[in-house]
Amino acid sequence: MLTSVKTLSTALGLALAATLAWAGPASAAKAPPPPSQNWSFEGVFGKFDRAAKQRGFQVYTEVCASCHGLRLMSYRNLSALGYTDDEIKAYAAQFEVQDGPDEFGEMFFRPAEPKDRFVEPFANAREAAAANGGAVPPDLTLMTKARKNGADYLYALLTGYRDEAPEGFELSDTQYYNDFYPGHAIAMAPPLWPDGVEYADGTPATVEQQARDLTTFLSWTAEPEMEERKSMGHAVILFILFFIVVAYFNKRRLWAQLH
Amino acid sequence: MSSTSPDPEFTGVVRWIDRRLPIFTMMHKEYKAFPVPKNLNYFWSFGALASITLIVMIATGIILAMQYQPNTALAFDSVERIMRDVNYGWLIRYIHMNGASMFFIVVYIHIFRGLYYGSYKEPRELLWILGVIILVLMMGAAFMGYVLPWGQMSLWGATVITNLFSAFPLVGEDLVTLLWGGFSVDNPTLNRFFALHYLLPFVILGVVVLHVAALHIPGSNNPTGIEPKGPQDTVNFHPFMTSKDMIGIGFYLLLFAALVFFAPNFLGHPDNYIPANPQVTPPHIVPEWYFLPYYAILRSFTDDWWVFLVVFSWWGVDAKLAGVLAMFGSLVVLALVPWLDTSRVKSARYRPIYKWAVALFVINFLILGWVGGKEAEEPYVTIAQLSTIYYFLHFLVFMPVIGWIERPKPLPSSISQSVLSPAE
Amino acid sequence: MSDAQNATSEGASEEKEGGDRRDFLGMLTNATLAVGGVAFVWPLIDSMNPSQDVLALASIEQDISALEPGQAITVTWRGKAVFIRRRTPEEIAEAEAVALEDLIDPQTDAERVQNPEYLIMVGVCTHLGCIPLGQKDGDSKGEFGGWFCPCHGSHYDTSGRIRKGPAPTNLPVPDYEFIEEGVVRIG
Repeated sequence: MLTSVKTLSTALGLALAATLAWAGPASAAKAPPPPSQNWSFEGVFGKFDRAAKQRGFQVYTEVCASCHGLRLMSYRNLSALGYTDDEIKAYAAQFEVQDGPDEFGEMFFRPAEPKDRFVEPFANAREAAAANGGAVPPDLTLMTKARKNGADYLYALLTGYRDEAPEGFELSDTQYYNDFYPGHAIAMAPPLWPDGVEYADGTPATVEQQARDLTTFLSWTAEPEMEERKSMGHAVILFILFFIVVAYFNKRRLWAQLH
Repeated sequence: MSSTSPDPEFTGVVRWIDRRLPIFTMMHKEYKAFPVPKNLNYFWSFGALASITLIVMIATGIILAMQYQPNTALAFDSVERIMRDVNYGWLIRYIHMNGASMFFIVVYIHIFRGLYYGSYKEPRELLWILGVIILVLMMGAAFMGYVLPWGQMSLWGATVITNLFSAFPLVGEDLVTLLWGGFSVDNPTLNRFFALHYLLPFVILGVVVLHVAALHIPGSNNPTGIEPKGPQDTVNFHPFMTSKDMIGIGFYLLLFAALVFFAPNFLGHPDNYIPANPQVTPPHIVPEWYFLPYYAILRSFTDDWWVFLVVFSWWGVDAKLAGVLAMFGSLVVLALVPWLDTSRVKSARYRPIYKWAVALFVINFLILGWVGGKEAEEPYVTIAQLSTIYYFLHFLVFMPVIGWIERPKPLPSSISQSVLSPAE
Repeated sequence: MSDAQNATSEGASEEKEGGDRRDFLGMLTNATLAVGGVAFVWPLIDSMNPSQDVLALASIEQDISALEPGQAITVTWRGKAVFIRRRTPEEIAEAEAVALEDLIDPQTDAERVQNPEYLIMVGVCTHLGCIPLGQKDGDSKGEFGGWFCPCHGSHYDTSGRIRKGPAPTNLPVPDYEFIEEGVVRIG
């Protein structure tokens, strides 16, 4: 009995392990895998570093927002970064959204409000392409979920530009060489520069620091539920463990009556 | 087989109802006093686990359908609205998403258990075939469900899989146009997939009811493969088997919760968080992990493969159709197992050769799953082709031949005897 | 039932005290299952409550500076019609003059307005949810000069109070505040 169960369990255990280990998506293109970084939000107990999230929001606003949208975010979501209702209202009011029709049937623009989604930098993909030499800057809300090892990849991409392409690599005038971009020829100019932003909390704004903060911010926009999810997970796991213990003793007690 | 507890005496309202509609008597007979072999191991909990998963999937799915918009312009954003704005929406969607994977993990183990212990043999052939039908329906439901978020993998997975039907001669192209309701996977396709994705789980539920009904005629098989000879060989389903299932359910929920709360996208594909774009194909299209073995069989058939040349090409079947036929054939041979296995002994415990054949089959199935996720290049193509050959060899050659040549170990005279003096 | 219960603990006769412990463990197992079941079902139910984006739309700001006395506008708040009426001095006087004992749902006019000039209320008949007439000039305003619900004939006065007909209560007044000159926030 034991041997046969063991044979089967070994096979099934292998099955499970293998499926879990191998089922992940195969690497997309010829770029090397991004080096693994330490992130505050990694692991079972990880949380977003709130200061980094705020600094990353500043980098997004000052550097990325002119080309990249966050169309799935609402201004009201910024309360999770620690901003007050009035600050959010003031931030939203810098942007204009189309509304209407008014009593004359005309569409009109009004300042954005906390309830509105983030205003996108371009009216549509055609306009975005026309303004960027044919390449549409992707929306960033889900960027870290939409790439394999998203946070590491984003950081590697932001810090992975080279001044000159390697010998023999052809780049067009509107392309730049990046170690980690699939195919290496990326249409986005290096976005981050030392002291390209000035942090209110005095953190030195190196390229690495900005990339790190931005990645933290964008990991939050991709998974705003993460902290709640993990803490609920702890409670659920503890509850299930308790249930297993109870169920085990209940079963043992019942089956003892049979012999 | 006789029950070890007497018929229940009901009182009051329960008795009033039961005399007119004997549901309480039925529940007592089928879920309480129902005799199950007392030597079942934990692999017999996977049927219960699958039922629970089906219920969880239906419950979360109905709730998600209240928030989801089956329209190409709205689908992706409506799923993200569920994730961001709906109360506990992220939890419900992650349960549903990972529930599909849990369902296949559980069902595959359930099937492997049946193969190992010969649960498909007389008198359980129909039970087995109903199970294969459930598997096929699950695949349909899972495939259409994966299209609904309308990400890149949704669109391109749907495009690739529906295009399989174009392989059929004469009607192929018309069939695909019919499936799509247009000339590409587009809004009509998404709409009908949503309608069918909502329908199929209830069809599955119906077949599960038949599956359980067919199980309750002969009762459960058991690790010895010897039918119970009397009350001394069985215990009541409740509370004995249920108390044992509870432990299995606990560990199952532990894995499920770990996925949902700590690695919800581990089994998914990042490309599906990019909205569907009909003008850009992702560089590497892979189906969800549970389809990979079949995907590997499909892709094995290239027009220069000798198996294709020997088996298919001379009667005018091209490589594409051969792949499709082989993929569907892989499920057909599974359904035919009751007649492919020629041994009179059920449990592999007493079958020294078949035991290893099953283990190798499971390992081969895993290899198929692994190569199915790789790009179509060497050495993966050759590995996939060898594994495909092995898959069919197992069913069409090894199963019948082992049954003829194998000398089974001596069987115990009853379940009780095997418990008292284990065979090995 | 008792027979069936005896059957479940068959074989337990050997040790009575063991049976008690099993009963406790059995109850604990069932209780844990029940708690887990409720914990699973609650998120499913709560997901049907208004979502965050719906709640974010729950308050609106309306410019009412252009309203002349005697004019009314209807705005949408939480998917419902809200009546905003700038009342004439006669209408205000009429509303204030009504004796409480004449009312089906006694309420003074002062309890229903922050500024007597502006009457703001949810324009949904408290009977079965129709929208009463009376906002437009040509509308029937009912026997009391306010609003009239055509569905089942409820008459409301110039303070939106029910005076005649099947409706049980006055038209409800939402939470609102005048946040600046000529702008009101509802909700």
